[in-house]
Amino acid sequence: MTVAAHRRSRPLVILSTGFVVLWVILAAFPFVWTFWGSLKVQGDFFSRADWMNALTGPMTIAQTGAPFTGQGYVGAWIESGFWRNVLNTGIVVAATVTISLTLGTLGGYALARSGFRYAFWLLMIALVFRAMPHITLVSGYMLPFFEWNLWGHLPTAIIVLVAINQPFTLWMLHSFFLNIPKDLDESAMVDGCTRFQAFRHVIIPVMWPGVITTGLFSFLLAYNDFAVTAMLLSQENQTMVPKIASFLGSVQVEGNVMFAVAAVVSATAPLFVLIMVFQRQIVSGLTAGAVKG
Amino acid sequence: MPHRTFLWFILPSLTAMFLFIAMPIVSVIVQSLFVAHEQVLVTVENCGPFGCTQETRVDREATAALREAQPLGRFNGLGTYVNRSHLATAELAQAWQSRESLGQFLGQLMNLPFYRALAFTLSFTFIVTPLVLVLGLAIALGVNGLPRLLRGPTIFFSLLPMIVTPLIGSLVLFWMIDAQGVIGATLQILFDDPNLSLKASPALTWLTLFVYGVWHSAPFAFIVFYAGLQTVPAETLEAAMIDGATRWQRVRYVVIPHLMPLAVFITLMQLMDNFRVFEPIVGFQAQASATSLSYLIYSHLRGDVQQFGSAAATSVLTILGVAILLTPVLIRTWRDFNRKRA
Repeated sequence: MTVAAHRRSRPLVILSTGFVVLWVILAAFPFVWTFWGSLKVQGDFFSRADWMNALTGPMTIAQTGAPFTGQGYVGAWIESGFWRNVLNTGIVVAATVTISLTLGTLGGYALARSGFRYAFWLLMIALVFRAMPHITLVSGYMLPFFEWNLWGHLPTAIIVLVAINQPFTLWMLHSFFLNIPKDLDESAMVDGCTRFQAFRHVIIPVMWPGVITTGLFSFLLAYNDFAVTAMLLSQENQTMVPKIASFLGSVQVEGNVMFAVAAVVSATAPLFVLIMVFQRQIVSGLTAGAVKG
Repeated sequence: MPHRTFLWFILPSLTAMFLFIAMPIVSVIVQSLFVAHEQVLVTVENCGPFGCTQETRVDREATAALREAQPLGRFNGLGTYVNRSHLATAELAQAWQSRESLGQFLGQLMNLPFYRALAFTLSFTFIVTPLVLVLGLAIALGVNGLPRLLRGPTIFFSLLPMIVTPLIGSLVLFWMIDAQGVIGATLQILFDDPNLSLKASPALTWLTLFVYGVWHSAPFAFIVFYAGLQTVPAETLEAAMIDGATRWQRVRYVVIPHLMPLAVFITLMQLMDNFRVFEPIVGFQAQASATSLSYLIYSHLRGDVQQFGSAAATSVLTILGVAILLTPVLIRTWRDFNRKRA
C-alpha cells in the first residue's frame, strides 16, 4: 500500500492523538499523583485550603522542615509492621506461582494432547469454575476450615489460591501446548521414550515462553487477591492487600491515612517494575486466548 | 494419549480443582440449608418467701455446647432463601398486593438487601461491559495511528489501571475524589458547590463505581483490539479504498467485522469479571449506597456473628446468576464443538 493512501487528514490526526494523550493521562496520572502525595504530610495531600498545597507542600515544610518526607513510609513499614505483610505476600505469591505452574503444565499438556471428548468437557468445566466469584468459594471454605483448624495459616491460603488459579492456568497452557508441534514429542516416543520422558526431555526445554507468560498472570492473581487472603488469613499472617484495607478502619486519625497511602505506593511499585520488564509477555498473554478464539 | 496416561498427567490439577472449587460449591449448598442454633432456653422456678415464680433464661453454656457439637446449626430447608435478607418472598408478595404504582413497588424492592445488591450488580455488569468495548476500541484505533516509537510507552501506561490491584486502584481514585483531594476539590470549584461530595449521594456513588469499572477494564479491551488491528488484512482495506470507501466506512465495514470474534471474547471475560464486582465497593467505601452480591456475602461473613447460612444462601443464588450468564456461551461452544467433529 502506498504511503499516500495511509496518510490521514490533519484534524483526524490531532483528534486521535489528543484522545490517546487524554487516555494516557487518565491512566497514569492517579498513580503519579499518589506517589507524589505519599511524600507529603496528610495536611497537604488532603488539603482543606487548596489542592495546590499537595504540589508545593507548605504544611510538609512547616512540620518537617523539608519539602518531602518519608514519614508515611517509616510509619507504615516499621510502626505498623507492614514489612511482615510484604514478607507474607512474598511467600504466598512465590509458592502459588510455583505450584500452579507445576500442576498447570502437566494438566495443560495432557489436555492439549488428548483427542478425547472428555478433554473438551474438562476445559468447559474449567471455564465455569473460572467464572465463579471467589467470595462464593470462600464462604464454602470458612466453616470447614474453622472446624478442622486449617483457618488462618499461609499454606491454606496458598493451596486455595492455587486451586482458584488452575482453570485459567489450564486454559492458557493448553493453548500454548497446542502450538508446540505434536511430532516433537511423538517422535521421541517412537525412539522409545515413555510419555513422561518425552514431556521431560522434549517438551520442557521448549515450553518456557508459554510458562513465563502464564506465570505472570498467576503472579498477578495471587498478588492482587483480596477476597481469599482477607477472609482466610489470621491477623499475623495477613498479606499486603488486606492489611491496606485494615489501615482504613482508623482513617480519621491524623497520619494514619498517610500510612495507607505509603503502603499503597509500596504495593504498586513491584507491579510497575513487572510491567516494565514483561510488557511484551503480558500483551501476548492477554491476546493468546483471544486470537485463538 | 491413552486414558491412563492422561489421568496421571491431569490428576494433581484435577484434585486441586475438585477439592477447592467443586467441594466448596457443594459446601455452600449444604450450608445454605442450615441456620445457627437458637439460644437454649431454660425455665427455672424461683421459690421465695412470697411463693414461686417461673422465669425463662438463656442457658449460655448449653447454647455454646450445642453450637460446638453441631457447628452447621439446625436444618432449615429453604427457610434462609425466602427470608427478608434473601429472596424475601413474603415481603415481595405484600409489596405487590399493596402497590399503588410500579414505581412504588420497585422502590420497596430496592429496600430489600438482596434485590438492591442484584440491581447494582446487574447495572454494573451491563453498563460497564459495553462502555469498556467502545473505549477499548477507540484507544486501540488511536494508538494504532501513533508513530511506532510512541506505541510502547503508551501501552505501558495504559496497562497500569488493569494490572494494579483492584483494591489499590480504587483506593487511589477514592483519595483523589475526596472532598479534600484533587478531583473532589476541583469538582466543587467547577460546579461552584462547596458541599458537593461524590460519596454522599447514591446516584453519584454508582456513577463513580461505573467510571472506576471502565477505567479498570478498558486496557484489557484495548490490548486485545490492538493486537487484532495488527492482523487486519491489508488487501481488503485496499480493495475497500479502491471502491471509494471513506475512512469511517473502512472502519465500519472492514475493521469492525474483523474484530468481531475478539469483541465476543472480551464481552465474555467482562461479563464474568464484572458480575463479581467486589473490591471497588470496599475501596470506595460505597456499601451504604451500593452493594453487590459479592459484597453481600463478604458482609455476612464479616459481621460480629458470622452468618454462614446467610452467606451460603447468597452464594448459591450468585452461582445461579453466573450459570444463567454463561449458558448462552456454553451452548454456543457446544454447537461449535459438534460442528467441528461432524
